[in-house]
Amino acid sequence: MSNRTTAAAVCEVRNLTVHYDVSATPVVAANEVSFDVYEGETLGLVGESGCGKSTTAMAMLRLLQTPGRVAGGSVNIAGVDIMRLRPAALRDFRWRNIALIPQGAMNALNPVMRIEKQLADAIAAHADTGGRQALRARIGELLEMVGLPADVRRLYPHELSGGMKQRVCVAMAVALNPPLVIADEPTSALDVVVQRLVAQSLIRIKETLGIAMVLIGHDMGLMAQLTDRVAVMYAGRIMEIAPTDILFKAPLHPYTQQLIDSVPSIRVKKPLRVFPGGPPDLRNLPPGCPFEPRCPKAITICRGETPALKACGEKQYAACHVPNTNRNNI
Amino acid sequence: MTTASEKTANTPLLEVRDAVKVYGGGFLSGGRRVHALREVSLSLDATPARITAVAGESGSGKSTLAGAVLGFVQLDAGHVLFEGQDVAAMSRNQRFNYRRSVQAIFQDPYAVFNPFFHTDHLFNLVMRRFGIAKGRKAARARIVEALETVGLRSDDVLGKHPHQLSGGQRQRIMIARACMMAPKLIVADEPVSMVDASLRSTILDIMLRLRDDNNISFLYITHDLSTAYQICDDIHIFYQGAQVESGPVDAVLGNAKHPYTQLLIASIPEPDPTRGWGTQLPPDDENNDRDIINGCPFYPRCPKRMEQCVAHLPARVSLDDTGHQVACHLFVK
Ligand SMILES: Nc1ncnc2c1ncn2[C@@H]1O[C@H](COP(=O)(O)OP(=O)(O)O)[C@@H](O)[C@H]1O
Ligand SMILES: [Mg+2]
Repeated sequence: MSNRTTAAAVCEVRNLTVHYDVSATPVVAANEVSFDVYEGETLGLVGESGCGKSTTAMAMLRLLQTPGRVAGGSVNIAGVDIMRLRPAALRDFRWRNIALIPQGAMNALNPVMRIEKQLADAIAAHADTGGRQALRARIGELLEMVGLPADVRRLYPHELSGGMKQRVCVAMAVALNPPLVIADEPTSALDVVVQRLVAQSLIRIKETLGIAMVLIGHDMGLMAQLTDRVAVMYAGRIMEIAPTDILFKAPLHPYTQQLIDSVPSIRVKKPLRVFPGGPPDLRNLPPGCPFEPRCPKAITICRGETPALKACGEKQYAACHVPNTNRNNI
Repeated sequence: MTTASEKTANTPLLEVRDAVKVYGGGFLSGGRRVHALREVSLSLDATPARITAVAGESGSGKSTLAGAVLGFVQLDAGHVLFEGQDVAAMSRNQRFNYRRSVQAIFQDPYAVFNPFFHTDHLFNLVMRRFGIAKGRKAARARIVEALETVGLRSDDVLGKHPHQLSGGQRQRIMIARACMMAPKLIVADEPVSMVDASLRSTILDIMLRLRDDNNISFLYITHDLSTAYQICDDIHIFYQGAQVESGPVDAVLGNAKHPYTQLLIASIPEPDPTRGWGTQLPPDDENNDRDIINGCPFYPRCPKRMEQCVAHLPARVSLDDTGHQVACHLFVK
């Protein structure tokens, strides 16, 4: 990573490995995951369900619950390895330096508590609020920032639409101005029009506050619209990372190519491409590349040796023995 | 002269006429009435088999329509006719035939399985109920054949409990069970909305093959315009119970006329960073949505709304002779 002249990293994830100890052989849900998040960028983390996206997010905040545990690796934010923090320090560190909008957060709002109280509790749990007046003012600011009318503060979650609830969750996440927010499938349960509204307001807030964001999702369409760079995950591993325009124009990994090709188009009719098979059992991974059983380009070495993530061109990294070489259209 | 129950060569397979359904309004729902279907009409030709999409966001009434076709939902007004026969006024025999000819597949097939029984049980139940095959051997052959149609090997799935199967296998078993009845119509309610990309194409591909090889028509209920564009022949776009635009899928999605259809299409995120959403946000009236009783339900969010739009629901207007219709005051002459 020598010729990088752009922004500095706000977060460095190195060799992060997570096990779920559910049987004699653990589920390896994140396997030597490494990536950086640069200041102000939106990094997409994309892959089919069960590939370890949420696990990675939870591990980055040390929010995993048993049977999950971090088996190795580090997560550096502002020069601090979050894996080494003591519990008390961790509580202060989280939310101030890295915040999470968990998957399904909008359905986890407390149904019997007004929005204002939920926001106030979230802020008070992590910061010195500076008195009731200041707290009220801050809540007003936050609601305005996410595009909700002020009277939402007096409502209960069931009185809000899905899009509005998701905005409340966004407000909670940015309440303490963290330099990094992780949003886990923030719009997956929403209708397409509302999805666009919420997604675009998320990006606007991110830009206004000048923060970086990791956007987790499974929809390559959303990734193309919303991110600056994309990391593609499969079976607990990062298969490819590249700037968004390059990744979509000239994907290196056959898996990335398949993800892009499998999005149905609304412009051109294509014969349905059926990609056989599903993700492997993470308890019983085949040796070699985890994608090998489904890969149309696999050769002998793919079955024996797991490819490491390596640079294949400027700013583009892939973990593949036979990356696409058809790159003359760049 | 033909009597009502006699079908002619051009009797539609399925016809919905001016269907109206209103939920609530009573004490329990706090007086809020939801107009789930506002004078909806559609028709599916008997032959050749076609895939017809009913597309819309949540609350658009599409599942209510599916329920009405399957007989789960009582309409407040209007009719559902199967092969020219009003479903609400069928004789015992007609109803039996209807129940066999119209099958359903759902979003979450897990809910249909009884966790205590083998998958075989599912098949045996319908075999017995509809007397499909005589004798064990014939029955077994029929099941194996149905499983093959959906790309499953009987050894992989028969004799197993539902939890031993993957989501994709369960979904395909439900399709196989539907096929076994040799239905004329399958109502597929969001069959691919909770599945990964690879399974999605598998299921859509099965639907196409059943249409072409087995002459089975589909009513494909979906919120996803892209899959509808890929596999459907016709499409009806619904918004809050109103059928805003209808016609051949190429016309409706390739040359959308209703402002709502246009907004839906423009909101689809394309996997191409050079085809951006743009910065032009759709009007953010999520907070001001109200139930418009008589007018166009899209009025609060419509970028092209006019005075007359609140007053009454626009009638459907034919745009050409292909069947492309739109219900919008912009096109009422
Ligand atoms: N609490 C848990 N116990 C055991 N296995 C789990 C648990 N949570 C997740 N897993 C497994 O870890 C893998 C990754 O899951 P997850 O991180 O949720 O993926 P994603 O967010 O990409 O859908 C899956 O195989 C899943 O079954
Ligand atoms: Mg997840």
